[in-house]
Amino acid sequence: MFAYPTVRASLIFLAVALLGLLVADIAITTANPWQDLGRFFLGVATPNFFSTEGLLTALLRTVAFAFVGVTLGSICGFLLALVYRFLPVRIFCAFIRAIHELFWALIFLQFFGFHPLTGVLAIAIPYAGIFAKVYSEILEEADPEPGRLLPPGTSSIAAFLYARIPDCWVQMRTYTAYRLECGLRSSAILGFVGLPTLGFYLESSFSQGLYSDAGAMLILFYVLIATMPLWLRPKLLPLYILAAPFFLGDGLPIVWGNVERFFTQDIIPSPIRDGEGLAAIWAWLSDVMVTEALPGIWNTVVLTQIALVATGILSLLAFPLISNHFGGPVRRTSGHVLLVIARSTPEYILAYILLQLWGPSMLPAVVALALHNGGIIGHLIGRQTNTIHLRPDAPVGFFRYSWELVPRIYRSFLAFLFYRWEIIMRETAILGILGIYTLGFYVDSAIQNIQFDRAMVLILITALLNIGVDALGRFIRRKLALQTMPTC
Amino acid sequence: MAISNLRKWLATGLLSLAAVTTVQADTFVFTAIPDEDETKLVERFRGVADYLQEQLDVEVRYIPVKSYAAAVSAFRNNQVQLAWFGGLSGVQARRLVPGSEAIAQGVEDEAFETYFIANTSTGIQPADSLDELEDELRGKTFTFGSKGSTSGRLMPEFYIRDVFNEAPDSLFSRVGFSGNHTRTLRLVEAGTYEVGALNFQVWEKELENGNIDTDSVQVIWKTPSYPDYQWTIRGDVDERFGDGFKQRVTEALLKLDDPALLESFPRSGFIPASNDDYEPIRATAENIGILD
Repeated sequence: MFAYPTVRASLIFLAVALLGLLVADIAITTANPWQDLGRFFLGVATPNFFSTEGLLTALLRTVAFAFVGVTLGSICGFLLALVYRFLPVRIFCAFIRAIHELFWALIFLQFFGFHPLTGVLAIAIPYAGIFAKVYSEILEEADPEPGRLLPPGTSSIAAFLYARIPDCWVQMRTYTAYRLECGLRSSAILGFVGLPTLGFYLESSFSQGLYSDAGAMLILFYVLIATMPLWLRPKLLPLYILAAPFFLGDGLPIVWGNVERFFTQDIIPSPIRDGEGLAAIWAWLSDVMVTEALPGIWNTVVLTQIALVATGILSLLAFPLISNHFGGPVRRTSGHVLLVIARSTPEYILAYILLQLWGPSMLPAVVALALHNGGIIGHLIGRQTNTIHLRPDAPVGFFRYSWELVPRIYRSFLAFLFYRWEIIMRETAILGILGIYTLGFYVDSAIQNIQFDRAMVLILITALLNIGVDALGRFIRRKLALQTMPTC
Repeated sequence: MAISNLRKWLATGLLSLAAVTTVQADTFVFTAIPDEDETKLVERFRGVADYLQEQLDVEVRYIPVKSYAAAVSAFRNNQVQLAWFGGLSGVQARRLVPGSEAIAQGVEDEAFETYFIANTSTGIQPADSLDELEDELRGKTFTFGSKGSTSGRLMPEFYIRDVFNEAPDSLFSRVGFSGNHTRTLRLVEAGTYEVGALNFQVWEKELENGNIDTDSVQVIWKTPSYPDYQWTIRGDVDERFGDGFKQRVTEALLKLDDPALLESFPRSGFIPASNDDYEPIRATAENIGILD
């Protein structure tokens, strides 16, 4: 068994995560964590939908920001996908998607302030990078045959529209709809930094222990996502897209001078701004590296590796919940509901909730990341097992699970997991804003101290780290000859 | 061709987005640092907005923000013209906006204090000076308030460094930032953190309202006094809202005497303030490296 490269790779990652556990800060520090968790679930069971007058408005804003941001992102992403073969474009896209929506929001907040543009761009920019990559992958995999059959002299635009797009259309549409769901999640968490979406009220209710109010918000959010197939009709889409910009709310006016100031002064490292010499710049940079970047990188990597393996274990445990090979329809339906809740809740909100309940350590972050990502991967591979037809005399129960199904789905399981590696790291970094000492913690501290030059250096480092992990993940997937599917 | 058209379309789209959603330019907007539970803040500052609107004859709007830095940035970016800052955030804001001025402070803000509080399960007894507590505090878990808070971060960190000659994260086994004073109180009360530091006014008010379980949490040390909260206004408000506007805002704040509104701060009244009053805060912040 150890001869299989996939098994060896899994064991290496498992060993790294176990080593990580030795140095990680894992603890429950609250006095009554279970009592609080109980109060939280009681709150969800007794939701109070009339707590704030702003709740429905917040929901509307959440949808509006998602629509405008994702629309803009997909248009720009599509245009970028057309020129994706050029290396600079690829690097540019990798860079913009390596920076998390919340980091983009924190950047735009500094000069656009509480203007809707802050939220729209925070979603549109990283999404454009992701769309560019996935659209170009889809376009590349299109069947070349129809193109070859066109008469000579067909213009390249016509060829593209008539021979390429039709083949990719369904896949692109499915993926875009999936991103819209992600956009709703992104939009919701933007409230945590002050934009008028659901997260804004969720944070206030939670921090004050108003669990029934928070429960109501969570339920509304789940309903919104679960009913997407009902209200997200292709015919209504133009209407939504046209209407959405008018529901972003009235922020505060943009003062354009702030934009110039941000780029020409704020983010210039202070020794350069003050005209000090090269030695001062070096001292400044090494101070940022030693006191902030290195501890941040270390914690981010440790947490990412633990969360990645926890995600893997949870996915393998969770997929039987929706698999046809186990249990009856009742079990499978409740399994579906569980996994939909797990994947619909943004990691950031899960981590926030668990941090409130268990106190600060890496544990809430690991559990949050594993629940959300494990929910997604478990759902995908569970669905995949439903296409597997076993012999009538195949073993049942645990033996069916371990000898028939896991070996069959293991390769695609690993493909999904390595695909989400980079996503998990992006999230790990951002969870620092909640008080876990990953890179986001230091970015947030720098912003709180109004030291945007430091914040920008740290965001750049975070982006580079993400790009590195993305490349490593692709390398491993290639090495193990794993197929990747973009719709994950 | 198609692409350039699309780009044009996008640019107009973005611009119209910007145009549709701006508020009237002559609204006087203010904010406040989110140092307490948001429900309380919204209630308090909506009252202030109504009061100021009545006094100043312009539309006045309060916007809640999620962090101290967001309050400072909004002030700096001229999206708000007035703010209720803490000592440190006020110093940061006035450094960034030349011409801005501290115009009024609470009566209590001349001599503000930080209380160190501990969960009673730690067995730490109140002391008159911090150095007596060295053995008891070492290795405990500790929470500040917000990273940008004066009473919840700057002053307690200053005294910890000053008295023990070491950084908080080497004295304590775990150092966190609760986010605001109310949360510090709740976290120490619940035992999530064993020790914490908070704004003394928040403690006194919660105590008076019977919202503290005194069997679980008690004050163990009080800092010497320092200047704290103040109203700071931008220097360019007279150009925008008419001559003497700054003076009118100052007077309106100083003569605010609605007991319910004052109680919500809680302050017994507002008195004149100046930028120089906050010199000690600036020096302390530079001392511990929060200000360059």
